[in-house]
Amino acid sequence: MYLSPFLYFTPTSLDDALAVLQAHLPDAKVLAGGQSLIPLLSMGLARPSVLIDINNLPGLQGVTEDRGRLRIGALTRHYDLETCRVVREHCPLLAEAASLIGNIRVRHRGTIGGSLAHADPAAELPLVAAALDATLEIHSPEGTREIAASRFFLGYLQTDLAPGEIVTGVRLPALGASTGYGLAELVRRAGDFAIVAACAIVHVDETRRCTRVALALGGVGPYPIRIRSAEDLLAGRSLTNRDIHDAADAVPDEVAPESDIHASAAYRRAMARVMARRALEAAAARATGTRGGHG
Amino acid sequence: MSGTPVDGQPDQSGERWPLHFLLNGRRVDVWAAPHETLLAVLRDALGATEVKYGCGEGVCGTCTVLLDGAPVNACLLLGVQAQGRTVTTVKGLPNQDGLHPLQRAFVQHEAAQCGFCTPGMLLVAHAFVRDHPSATREQIRAAVAGNLCRCTGYTRIVDAVEAYARAGNPTSNRGGRDGG
Repeated sequence: MYLSPFLYFTPTSLDDALAVLQAHLPDAKVLAGGQSLIPLLSMGLARPSVLIDINNLPGLQGVTEDRGRLRIGALTRHYDLETCRVVREHCPLLAEAASLIGNIRVRHRGTIGGSLAHADPAAELPLVAAALDATLEIHSPEGTREIAASRFFLGYLQTDLAPGEIVTGVRLPALGASTGYGLAELVRRAGDFAIVAACAIVHVDETRRCTRVALALGGVGPYPIRIRSAEDLLAGRSLTNRDIHDAADAVPDEVAPESDIHASAAYRRAMARVMARRALEAAAARATGTRGGHG
Repeated sequence: MSGTPVDGQPDQSGERWPLHFLLNGRRVDVWAAPHETLLAVLRDALGATEVKYGCGEGVCGTCTVLLDGAPVNACLLLGVQAQGRTVTTVKGLPNQDGLHPLQRAFVQHEAAQCGFCTPGMLLVAHAFVRDHPSATREQIRAAVAGNLCRCTGYTRIVDAVEAYARAGNPTSNRGGRDGG
């Protein structure tokens, strides 16, 4: 509850925010929802001398849909992803993932841009961003760039975000009618970070044959990992139980978990297979309509 | 380039700034440094000790306040972030003859034991039922899952919230809140 002092800025335009950030590098941090940063400050694990609060920047909140793509402002809160009609309709995976984050108070405050920039390897939104092939929109004094989630996450709490840059938005595909998703998490208590989490997205053609799969695992490496061998195994298959088991069996060899206070590496590796199977089963059921469509 | 947390000039130390917000419907004015959490401002400067300090990490829920109607962790918000906004503690729940209907349901179902989690439980439950008036018991359980009761009296707490939701509650209006 008690933090070390810092200089505090509340810019009201993106240009101002980028300028003040630039002026105070390398010891400035951007404050969005603060649900990870403030605990880090309070525990003394981070001691920036300057905080730049971007909550008053205009235009960074909200969700828009355009021709099968969603654009989500970086300051959109998890609770809004969870309850937003556009998200629930066009990307229910994202709404479900948001509903699993922390607790209702964290979800009312935490933001999608903050979660992605923080890059906790077990967090829900980085996992979903990896599975959906989301792109991040990033601003710096030099201009704007976009980067794929697969190239954004670089290591434990490490991203491609340069010190003078701010994440301003996320773009991701809407999930069509012939698409199913599945999320599976192993958690000890509601709202905990997952010990292992899996996210699967399955696309099928009109004969219910699988055309494409995305399978991402969280909590089993320094950042969310796509399991390409399992994805390749399922492409062109009819998604029988046997197909899904074979794909899940490929997962343990592709992950690199570490042991910590919550679980051993061996346990995480074993559970990665189980969570992958559950996520794939749910995704396949939704895609092929055996569980009432993709919603 | 804006370099001040709030309107106005800092105090003589240069560290603290004038801060004002609506606390339970009443305007309060207080000096606060940017690194002081809203929880510290409420408890230490304003004497609002009904807001409890539990974990300080946003996990336990006992410091819950409503910021423009939305339940948030007061321990994870800077006091200066409340500038010009509406903060509601358990004392600000609208009531007739002293108790809000949700509080009355807590009394009827004997949902308070030591009472330390109760203010946070009430505020989270109040906001959740307001936003989801036809919530199921499972949804209520999920909503208060992030509020820890170390007496482990969860069953009666959920009973009370469910009874309150079923009764239909008169205070479902909500002000503006953050989030897009």
